[in-house]
Amino acid sequence: MTDRLSTLDAVTPTVWSSPQMQARIRRRYRQERLFKYTGIAALALAAGFLLFLMTSVISDGWTSFKQTEISVPVVFDPVRLGVTAEQAKADPTLLRRANFPGVLADSVAKAHGDEVEIVSDGGWLALREAVEADPALIGKTVPMWVIATSNIDQLAKGRIDLDADEGDRPVNDAEVAAWKRLEAKGDIRTVLNTTFLTSADSVDPELAGIWGALKGSFLTAIITLLISFPVGVLAAIYLEEFAPKNRWTDLIEVSINNLAAVPSIIFGLLGLAVFLNTMNMPRSAPVVGGLTLALMTLPVIVIASRAAIKAVPPSIRDAALGIGASPVQVVTHHVLPLALPGMLTGTILGMARALGETAPLLMIGMRAFLTSVPQGFTQPATALPVQIFIWSDNVSRGFVEKTSGAIIVLLLFLLMINSLAIYLRNRFEVRW
Amino acid sequence: MTIGVGFLLVLALGLLAGWLGYRRGLGFVATHSTEVGAVHSRPGYHAAYVAVLALLPALLLLTIGAVMGPGLVSREVLASVPAGAVGPSDLEQAAFLSEVRGLVSGSYAAAFNPQAESAAAVWKAASLRYGLIFGLGALALGGVGAFWGWTRLRPDFRARTRVEKLTMGLLVLASLVAILTTFGIVASLVFESFRFFQMVSPAEFLFGTKWSPQTAMRADQVGSSGAFGAVPLFWGTVFIGAIIAMVVAIPLGLMTAIYLTQYAAPGFRRWAKPMLEVLAGVPTVVYGFFAALVVAPAVRNFAVSIGISDASSESALAAGLVMGVMIIPFVSSMADDALTAVPRAMRDGSLAMGATPSETIRKVLIPAALPGIVGGVLLAVSRAIGETMIVVMAAGLAANLTANPFNSVTTVTAQIVALLTGDQEFDSAKTLSAFALGLVLFLVTLALNIYALAVVKKYREAYD
Repeated sequence: MTDRLSTLDAVTPTVWSSPQMQARIRRRYRQERLFKYTGIAALALAAGFLLFLMTSVISDGWTSFKQTEISVPVVFDPVRLGVTAEQAKADPTLLRRANFPGVLADSVAKAHGDEVEIVSDGGWLALREAVEADPALIGKTVPMWVIATSNIDQLAKGRIDLDADEGDRPVNDAEVAAWKRLEAKGDIRTVLNTTFLTSADSVDPELAGIWGALKGSFLTAIITLLISFPVGVLAAIYLEEFAPKNRWTDLIEVSINNLAAVPSIIFGLLGLAVFLNTMNMPRSAPVVGGLTLALMTLPVIVIASRAAIKAVPPSIRDAALGIGASPVQVVTHHVLPLALPGMLTGTILGMARALGETAPLLMIGMRAFLTSVPQGFTQPATALPVQIFIWSDNVSRGFVEKTSGAIIVLLLFLLMINSLAIYLRNRFEVRW
Repeated sequence: MTIGVGFLLVLALGLLAGWLGYRRGLGFVATHSTEVGAVHSRPGYHAAYVAVLALLPALLLLTIGAVMGPGLVSREVLASVPAGAVGPSDLEQAAFLSEVRGLVSGSYAAAFNPQAESAAAVWKAASLRYGLIFGLGALALGGVGAFWGWTRLRPDFRARTRVEKLTMGLLVLASLVAILTTFGIVASLVFESFRFFQMVSPAEFLFGTKWSPQTAMRADQVGSSGAFGAVPLFWGTVFIGAIIAMVVAIPLGLMTAIYLTQYAAPGFRRWAKPMLEVLAGVPTVVYGFFAALVVAPAVRNFAVSIGISDASSESALAAGLVMGVMIIPFVSSMADDALTAVPRAMRDGSLAMGATPSETIRKVLIPAALPGIVGGVLLAVSRAIGETMIVVMAAGLAANLTANPFNSVTTVTAQIVALLTGDQEFDSAKTLSAFALGLVLFLVTLALNIYALAVVKKYREAYD
């Protein structure tokens, strides 16, 4: 250090044109640029990851909104069906026990051969619906579009690498040949996947849907909102407007701040121990999930609501008190309406977090395999993130596609909710 | 069902009571319109007073009915079945009751147990009877309450004061929920952990290095003991959450914060910040899916290509990397706060002395903001070790005590999920150990949070 300084002294360091000085300045500017580029690179890396995640999910998942169907001339043979048109007209309940799977299997074998399975196990449901709508179809031959198996579906969507060895890909050569025959005959088409949007889980990817999980999520979110919003707002009002400064309110403040940072899975353990094991509430039910998530969301809402209340200027309170309003009237007539947009924004953001939460719901058993859409708050249900988790365990191509499809739906919902929060914030929030 | 109808009826009663109170209040105003101050409260407060007196006791009774009703009905149903038809264990009784419930709701066409058919009739009768008792009781109670309240209304009756007192009570109750939740968490974790530590010694749990919680269902099975040494879990949690994730998140989060606060134009900032918020808003299950499907195979292929043949497909590195990316926005926003809290004079002074912006940042801003940044990083660590879905989906369940990032490790949260999903008896050491793990996780995150918040607070005060 000292000898370097002495050599600098020798050439008078303040001479800016000296080559040493110029070199140092260049070095420092280079470092400056480098530092700045590191910052840009860090940001680009984060953005790149986000972009990569989104494109990978969307490119994997967008085809789950499409479905492959196969044209089959269905022979509604009354003998094979076990029901005649007259019997069906007289007693439609007979159709519930009629042999539609057999009819479909015969028709498919006749039209397309039976060496490989090309039509989904649930494809016959479309036949039953058609006959229930019009019993006169029995005895006729009707061309119908029936859901294809997941393998044919993936082939039709171009998801399978045909150049790979037969052992390396999930479909065998016979299925590829069958698919090519169908393509050549024009007996295959791709339509909007209503099954995915309207049904619940299934063991077959082509029959699995997200509506059951989505409705479970809605039911859970309703309970969460109904509990956490009023309680959170009331607690925030008390702490911000009325609470005396003493040990109790300190305790409340500390516990709210800490609850906001407690890992979500701990709330799941709480729900399991208290709601399920102590209170004997029904397992897997949206009401328990909603309660658990409400406890988790509560601190978020309290903190946001307190910030919103704090932002209301004291002059408004003083003015109201000055003309004779009671403290409660000050809050209900003035502070609350003014702070409400901020409270709502915080609540919506908290709800978005709750809607994407998985771990606590796993703890209280909302991961059951359910093939029916939940009908009430106390019936077993699952939620969309949990459905994603359940499907992600499944390695078959069809379920990877469905998982990504469910993720797209979940992200769309979160995007909508967050946009609503941003809109509310921009539209109603007053800067004092 | 009947409880639901009772609830609606009680609400209607409350509305009616409120309306009557309102009319009464209006009457006071009309008759005393010339005297100033003769009527204490406005009609709305009279209405609220009567309505609250009608609703509060009635709703309380209905809640009791809704909570206790199913238990009373089940007891009556079980009592109606001839002795011996249903086994004495809780499991058999629960199975029988769910069968009866299925029959009543119509979701079962026929019952497996011959007693269920007659029990279903008992169920229907009993639930109707209890519904009527609680529903009518609530209505009567509400009616009495409303009448009593209504008779108390006078022009000088202080309805507003009373309603406001009730409101205050409600506010205090709401803020007590937070304490109750904290208490509930601590109580349930401590209670279940205590039961666990009666079976396994705390020393073995905290310092043992072998984790294999598979306890046998029958005594004669091999390997029935199970080992509950949680050190591999603690190590895995620290390795993924506090080491790998932080190696990713600290530089990236800090650099994005520096760039956004010191270099970026306001217009660019307006775009870049929401981008980071989107990154923070993606549900963890999505990160987990991405980690398991895309990152983990890539990491494995990379490991194989550099000659590590035993690389696991569920590696610590894959989970840690993705978790690090998830934490970036968090670290970035904490660093952002810390950097902007540094007084502008310090920065301007350094720039005025001829230092370049990067020199100012490295030699002045970061040292000055260090306590805040460290506090933020500690909060990020606490968040990372409590994160569940990424490790459940990408890190695996093998409890290895290894520092090789290409190996599979498991974490506390992943084990909690593994131990508690699936059907187990609730008294086994295996399920109870999940609560002991939860207790450790809760205490560690709590300590980290309290310490980090104290650091951040002290640092803010230093510059205020």
